[in-house]
Amino acid sequence: MTKLLTGNEAVALGVWEAGISYACAYPGTPSTEILENIAANYKKDILAEWAPNEKVALECAIGASIAGVRTISTMKMVGVNVAADPLFSFAYSGVNGAMILVSADDPGLHSSQNEQDNRYYAKFAKIAMLEPSNSQESKDMIKSAVEISEEFDTPILFRMTTRICHSKSPVNEGERITPVKKPYIKNPAKYDLVPSVSKALHYILEDKLKRLQAFSETTPLNFIQWNSKKIGIVTSGISYQYAQEVFGTNASYLKLGFTFPLPIEKIRAFSKEVEILYVIEENEPFIEEQIKAAGIQCIGKEKLPNVDELTPEIIARELLGKELQTIDIDTSIVPGRPPTLCAGCPHRGFYVELRKLKNIMITGDIGCYSLGGNEPLNAKDTTICMGASISMGHGAQKAFDLFDENKRTIATIGDSTFFHTGINSLMHVAYNRSRTITCILDNRTTGMTGHQNNPGTGYTLMGMPTKEADIEAVCRAIGIEHVRTINPLNLEEVKATLKWAMALDLPSVIITRWPCVLKKFTEGDIEEFGDYFGKCEVVADACTGCKNCLKTGCPALQYSKADNKVVIDQVQCVGCEVCKQVCKFDAIERKQKA
Amino acid sequence: MSNKVKNILLVGVGGQGTILVSKILSSGLLNAGYDVKMSEIHGMAQRGGSVSTQVRFGEKVHSPIMAHGQADILVSFEMMEALRWMKYLSPEGKVVINDYQIPSAPILFGKVDYPEGVAQIISKKVNATIIKASEIAAKIGNARTMNIVLFGALVKSMKLTEIDWESAIRDNVKSNMVDINIAAFKAGMETVN
Ligand SMILES: Cc1ncc(C[n+]2csc(CCOP(=O)(O)OP(=O)(O)O)c2C)c(N)n1
Repeated sequence: MTKLLTGNEAVALGVWEAGISYACAYPGTPSTEILENIAANYKKDILAEWAPNEKVALECAIGASIAGVRTISTMKMVGVNVAADPLFSFAYSGVNGAMILVSADDPGLHSSQNEQDNRYYAKFAKIAMLEPSNSQESKDMIKSAVEISEEFDTPILFRMTTRICHSKSPVNEGERITPVKKPYIKNPAKYDLVPSVSKALHYILEDKLKRLQAFSETTPLNFIQWNSKKIGIVTSGISYQYAQEVFGTNASYLKLGFTFPLPIEKIRAFSKEVEILYVIEENEPFIEEQIKAAGIQCIGKEKLPNVDELTPEIIARELLGKELQTIDIDTSIVPGRPPTLCAGCPHRGFYVELRKLKNIMITGDIGCYSLGGNEPLNAKDTTICMGASISMGHGAQKAFDLFDENKRTIATIGDSTFFHTGINSLMHVAYNRSRTITCILDNRTTGMTGHQNNPGTGYTLMGMPTKEADIEAVCRAIGIEHVRTINPLNLEEVKATLKWAMALDLPSVIITRWPCVLKKFTEGDIEEFGDYFGKCEVVADACTGCKNCLKTGCPALQYSKADNKVVIDQVQCVGCEVCKQVCKFDAIERKQKA
Repeated sequence: MSNKVKNILLVGVGGQGTILVSKILSSGLLNAGYDVKMSEIHGMAQRGGSVSTQVRFGEKVHSPIMAHGQADILVSFEMMEALRWMKYLSPEGKVVINDYQIPSAPILFGKVDYPEGVAQIISKKVNATIIKASEIAAKIGNARTMNIVLFGALVKSMKLTEIDWESAIRDNVKSNMVDINIAAFKAGMETVN
């Protein structure tokens, strides 16, 4: 049967068809739906787990592979940085059951903090790489990856990009291979990477790469499509679709599905048949550099950009000088539409008070709460990577204190981000004693990526009840004596707690505990937070039009110029009462429940 | 670029139901025998941001994304979003605009005003159909079927009425919502002549 699937859905299907038994990941756009689909659709056949971070996820998959089952670990591209340590060494060991690492890159930074091109990881870590260019290939190549992994004893970097992960195209379902577990045989010479073992394994790895290179030259994953020989195009991934869109049958293609090691001799032979050779690839010149190093002439990044998403439009313009006509219309009058904290978001109350503090540096982190840095809250100074808020806050605090500068650092971090790597940073704060104030914004879920469970929510990815990590107890156990848990929607409480922390000369932690307004409440949530929902209304007579409430940045509030009053959208409002508390004229009331 | 492939661009604000429309649209096109590709941007956009879905169909479709000037139709679920995405429309293309405003953050916080005269600005340049989809949906009995009203207008504008959309709707909405969505779809078709 043919279905229209996203690349992520197709990978999940491929995982099932390929006889993979274990999947472990940490969420991150654009990779998240792979594990969600596995958990939703193939529960009976595959065990899927959320790990607290990507390093843990990959190590779990590595353990399962060595134990003898086929495994997969998925993550967004920056997650591979977190998981790089086990990755590089596992390349030396090689696998028992197949091991696939999906790296979902985000050219164009649709929802990422950088635009790194993870194809270099394959070369750097010396592992084989596959790159699908549509959903059908996303599924089929998982099966190929499993075979290559086991045949060549290598983990596979399965490299996808946003447009592959989140585009839908037709997929034909295939046969499923019944999973078998290989026997586990203790083998320290392969799996116990002490220096002497690793040295021997490095020689073996170089030898494997030679065999993979030979494979790359002959595998049908790298194929030629002959058309006009005036132009030859070497390409991979989504760029293959874009190239065909632009050149159609006016060019011949060497389409690469297996992109590390590259089939250099195949490329050389192809180049000899065509008049001009273009390399069309998104972001960095990964293929081009290697082609040029092999002494083959080609045109690539001298024409095509390495910044931002590549598009058929850019290719047509830069290589053919062609552009479509557009409508001549002034779009500059359209205001922006940046993402905002939702109406009723528990992060809002906390930021409303935080932004009032003076002489502070707010180190931010990654999650919905990053939006507290936007207008009109403006309560954030920095973002680097997950977990960094706490350690950067520590470093900055020490730097300020070394030179007696009167500044306090406040780190803001979400619950999932705290479990991810923030926990290590907090250990450093406790151990090396800085006055950093760490604020863990616990909205009882992983909000930004679409409400995944995490170690603090009490449920697993497969929906099973589990132990709930107690953040307050964790903080105390690692050596933070001053910890308070508060309701972020109670502004008096937030204000008083910040004041308490500012007065301390020791590390402190403030945990704000309130569920994300979009979260589907668990039984525990209903018990703890159940009856707060309601609606707020403006008492028109009392509203002076001072607009103070608008500074909370709640999207349910709108100022009406005509009558100089604020109105509350009754569809969006959930009655969090943050606006009610900032109103100096008692002009906002909670509606009585009917 | 191949001129046989048709390009549909759906734009709106996170939470307006563009995703359901693109699902029904692409499944109906696939069942009708077309090659279909659809691209969507998830992530940050969910938090009240501007969202877009591109659907391309034809005998053979390569790229899931389209170029500026390539859309045959732009369906905007929100008024000013139509103008934001106008550069994607072909000069011969059509626009369907929902007469419905969702002020964005800078407007809500009083920094700027909602742009005036958007519908007129667009109508001067291209073939535009402006419909009050939310009112139509409310009349039918469920304001949330506004997206399906727009879908009906899209189908009619693109002359895709031969396809079995009722099955596609049935496959993609909850069983107790099928009838009202089909009614919304029909009402949407009637807005375009
Ligand atoms: C290394 C890394 N992995 C994954 C991500 C993707 N990511 C961004 S925000 C986020 C979740 C944040 O959840 P939480 O800390 O609970 O904050 P919330 O969004 O709920 O406020 C994730 C997984 C990332 N940016 N970097």
